[in-house]
Amino acid sequence: MRKTYCFTCIVCPLGCAIEVELEDGKVVGVTGHTCPRGEEWAIQEVTNPKRIVMSVVPVEGGALPTVSVRTAEPVPKEKIAELMKFLTGLRLKAPIKIGQVVAEWEGIKIVATRGA
Amino acid sequence: MEPMPQIPMLSYDVVVIGGGPAGMAAAAKAKELGLNVLLLDENDYLGGILPQCIHPGFGIHYFKEELTGPEFAARLAKRMIENGVEYRTSARVLEIRNYSDLEKVVIFTSPSGVYQVWAKAIIYAAGARERHAFEIGIVGDRVAGIYTAGEAQTLMDIYGVLPGKEIVIVGSGDVGLIMARRFALEGAKVKAVVELMPYPGGLARNVMILRDFNIPLYLGHRVVEVRGKGRVQRVKIVKVDENLNEVPGSEFWIEADTLVISAGLIPSVKKLKKIGVEIDPSTGGPVVNDRLETSVPGIFVAGNSLLINDLVDYVAEQGELAAEGAKEFIEKGGIESRKWVKVEKGANVRLVAPHYLSGDRDLYLYLRVSRPMENVEVRIPETGKKVRLPVVKPAEMVRVKLRAEEIRKAQERLTVEVVGA
Repeated sequence: MRKTYCFTCIVCPLGCAIEVELEDGKVVGVTGHTCPRGEEWAIQEVTNPKRIVMSVVPVEGGALPTVSVRTAEPVPKEKIAELMKFLTGLRLKAPIKIGQVVAEWEGIKIVATRGA
Repeated sequence: MEPMPQIPMLSYDVVVIGGGPAGMAAAAKAKELGLNVLLLDENDYLGGILPQCIHPGFGIHYFKEELTGPEFAARLAKRMIENGVEYRTSARVLEIRNYSDLEKVVIFTSPSGVYQVWAKAIIYAAGARERHAFEIGIVGDRVAGIYTAGEAQTLMDIYGVLPGKEIVIVGSGDVGLIMARRFALEGAKVKAVVELMPYPGGLARNVMILRDFNIPLYLGHRVVEVRGKGRVQRVKIVKVDENLNEVPGSEFWIEADTLVISAGLIPSVKKLKKIGVEIDPSTGGPVVNDRLETSVPGIFVAGNSLLINDLVDYVAEQGELAAEGAKEFIEKGGIESRKWVKVEKGANVRLVAPHYLSGDRDLYLYLRVSRPMENVEVRIPETGKKVRLPVVKPAEMVRVKLRAEEIRKAQERLTVEVVGA
């Protein structure tokens, strides 16, 4: 089965309209990109899209009631909901330093982006 | 001028008003330049809105590294504090008085009382405010559940409170889209993003959020009415034509418990207007020269109080420039230029700052276009300057570097235009 994905490239401000054609789940053509980085991004975007995930976690004894966190690396898109569930269950205690790894989920480090 | 005897008096070279990225960068830089600085912020923590902007994408130009908002703020705060800048949080500025070029007073309240600060220069970096529901013509019941995007963001990302479960967002600018993602990630249902214009208002990387979470985007639509008992229950949406007039019979209702308004920012300049600072109606911020000095000598402005920026990196850059201006102003007792070159808006330029250039120094011109265009040149005919750009959008600020010698080629004025290449 042939399938075409169209989207705007976000690698740089150029914003190329890229089309990726898939046949039976395999990339058979990429058009519309201006640079190799755009092509690489577009292929990953249809085959294995990943995102940095950010949230806040309740913290006890800090100046603010929450501490903001993010994943140290991009997470596969289809796993984001599961990760968010994990983060919802987290409870932290001050003191927390900015940049501190506060948890780990399936090998992905969760990093504090504020101090508490 | 005599100080007010009943109010405790402090004295500094520069007072910086606002502890966001513009103010913190300005304070750090001013201190590095040898000035005695006090920074005031009305919030109880430093950083302005950055601590609540928990998504990545900040700092690529300024720190050459991609950071989240809180991380960007923490770096600036560290630089400022390690330099020995004094600062007060929970300090609300009541009034600015301009007695003479080198005698200014800032009166502020704080938990320990009211103070007056005498300073030779002021850097005003109070940011912007959000447009609210009344300003964009939404009528209906006065109910709970209507927030600006920034309010919703503060609730979620500072206090850990989810403001609602079924959300309609007005405006597809970056703030609206980023909040759509936060709501979706935290398990709320974003039922619609409603955009007046026929194209999305945000950066492409943020428009992608809609696809990530299957959020419907209504382009060329407007939210006109909110109904509910006690809390938002439904919102009325209509289609608009190319002149932004409502299309009769096109209305429909969406059930939601929360309406989030992300309809743009307006520079906060009330206190500046009061002391006679001239305002540019197109930016909403002060008219400034190339040191970011306003029409009142010794009052400098930076960040979103100057003009609405799309990147925090530019905000911090403006803070540093204002600090350099303050240093020069204090040292020389004023900023002089042989003659100022006035910057005029040409074809497809909606706004531009700074407004007066000396030709003494290199600088960045910040401008926004009125309508999207591809394959363009930013041209300044009087200087021969041409910068080619693949694409310009109203949502994205264009930043053009001008060299002093280029500016000196212009006589009294120069015109910035964005035209087909």
